[in-house]
Amino acid sequence: MIRAEGLQKRFGPTIALAGVDLDVPPGSILGVLGPNGSGKTTLVRILTTLSRPTAGSAWVAGHDVVREAPAVRRIIGVTAQSATVDELLTGRQNLVLVGQLSGLRRGDARSRAEELLAQFDLTDAADRVLNGYSGGMRRRLDLAAGLVTRPPVLFLDEPTTGLDPTSRVRMWDVIRVLVKDGATLLLTTQYLDEADELADRILVIDHGKVIAEGTSAELKSATGGARLEVNLSESHTNAAALLDPFVSGPVHESQDGRRLRAPVRSGSGLASTVMRAFEAAGITVDDIEVHRPSLDDVFFSLTGHPSAPDDAGDANEEPLRAEVEAVRP
Amino acid sequence: MTVTAATLRMPRPPGVVRWLCDVLALTRRNMVHIAREPLQLSDVTVQPVLFTLLFVYVFGAGVVVAGGQSYADFAIAGLLAFSLTTSAMGTGVGLSTDLNSGVIDRLGTLPMWRPAVLVSRSITDLLTSCLCALMVAVTGLCVGWRPTGGVGSIAAGFAIFLLFAYALSWGCACLGLVSKGPESAQGIGLVILFPLAIVSNVLVPTQHMPAVIRAVADWNPVSAVTAAGRTLWHNPNPSASIHAWPMRHPVEASLLWCALLLLVFAPLGTVLYRRRTTG
Repeated sequence: MIRAEGLQKRFGPTIALAGVDLDVPPGSILGVLGPNGSGKTTLVRILTTLSRPTAGSAWVAGHDVVREAPAVRRIIGVTAQSATVDELLTGRQNLVLVGQLSGLRRGDARSRAEELLAQFDLTDAADRVLNGYSGGMRRRLDLAAGLVTRPPVLFLDEPTTGLDPTSRVRMWDVIRVLVKDGATLLLTTQYLDEADELADRILVIDHGKVIAEGTSAELKSATGGARLEVNLSESHTNAAALLDPFVSGPVHESQDGRRLRAPVRSGSGLASTVMRAFEAAGITVDDIEVHRPSLDDVFFSLTGHPSAPDDAGDANEEPLRAEVEAVRP
Repeated sequence: MTVTAATLRMPRPPGVVRWLCDVLALTRRNMVHIAREPLQLSDVTVQPVLFTLLFVYVFGAGVVVAGGQSYADFAIAGLLAFSLTTSAMGTGVGLSTDLNSGVIDRLGTLPMWRPAVLVSRSITDLLTSCLCALMVAVTGLCVGWRPTGGVGSIAAGFAIFLLFAYALSWGCACLGLVSKGPESAQGIGLVILFPLAIVSNVLVPTQHMPAVIRAVADWNPVSAVTAAGRTLWHNPNPSASIHAWPMRHPVEASLLWCALLLLVFAPLGTVLYRRRTTG
């Protein structure tokens, strides 16, 4: 449904995209994951006809994004990273305007606006000018604006950036419903849990290049399996031997002998099985934990640097992101 | 809250009707902007009134119009041309504001008629020009300006002024499209439009200007439009005795100037807009 071959974009001497290939089958979600300045926004701008690639081609539903841009615009819905709603209009006026400019008749544009305002919990604020909207409300309105024509293909550029946790989870629910209704979706994010939560496949990009692609599980297994960590009240000579049958590699013991770590093939019930074995041997366990690898680990193992914002990044991503990322664990 | 899903009819197919709908929707949006910030209209409301009063009462007191006719009768056409010319940059500033906001990205992904952004902006400017003309005319009537020559002739005079303002707004749209932001658009506009408005016959007859400046003034479109207005309103028109072709045929010259401006700047604006919005 969305396809790209060798997409490149250069801004003067800066290479924003250095040859990106992708293919999103109908009805699926592709998560494009990368830090600030990795080229995510440039990629979305090309696929949504806002920018022309320096080299390479891309198609949406078979239409070339450069040569058949009007046809592409008829089937896509877009929520860009920066707010693209009109500050001086009310929420309702914004949605009606988008509907009319998409070719809907005035009556249709109005009833569709009404429906979206209700769906995004904006009915009460519908007739307020956007100056009085919170960041989350603006973001929701922006997403709603991308859905006016019920487009079969959606591009969401960092849809939850700047949202509080509750709004984020609600946004995820909305996105899941969209895909259940058959939409194809390309979503960029720098939140690893978001890609993990929503995407069928994940494309990890860094410095304009695809550095990994696969399902969340594939990416994680490429990094290594889960890890078991047990903290004991007191060290015990048999502890390591006791743990051995449950793990898939050598048991690492801390110097005081109270903390044991080992790789495991994560299976359900592992923690309680281990717990019972220790209890039967009369060893008191303070704390037991199975760490599944996060996409953070994946990102780190792929790029050699954490997924934190990249200062050397290009200027087309807003600086706000850095603060948001910084306060996330 | 549950809402029954709206059934949407098929969007209108591309075509002239669709173009008009897009232009109308965006013009309405521009009007809402003006309604929210009415102070941005000061250059077509307060300013023309103020200038008219200042010029008629301060300068008018010291200027003797040839033939002993009233300064107000001479000045109103010029003051209207002056006000319309200096406020034309509104198009460029408005366009530049849009280009520097996220709204332009939203518009870029919609299946709309792209030049609608420019056309709606120029129509908004035409509407504010109408307001400007009304303000100058009413103020003029209050200070003693009397157009004669019949309703048709008077209306034709206003039509030429408005047509010129419309054509000029496309030139200003192009300036807005090449400027970095609204402030610089305003700045560039000032530098170009003020000399354009002043080096002309709007405030004083051109006869006593130095030769080079006088040649420029006599061929300035603003002079042609002003002379056309004075002719059609049967107001004193000192330019009538000048041999330069536009001053002997001000109506024809004005129409040609407007056609030329539109033929150059409308296509240029469309190209610049496309270039600016698809980086």
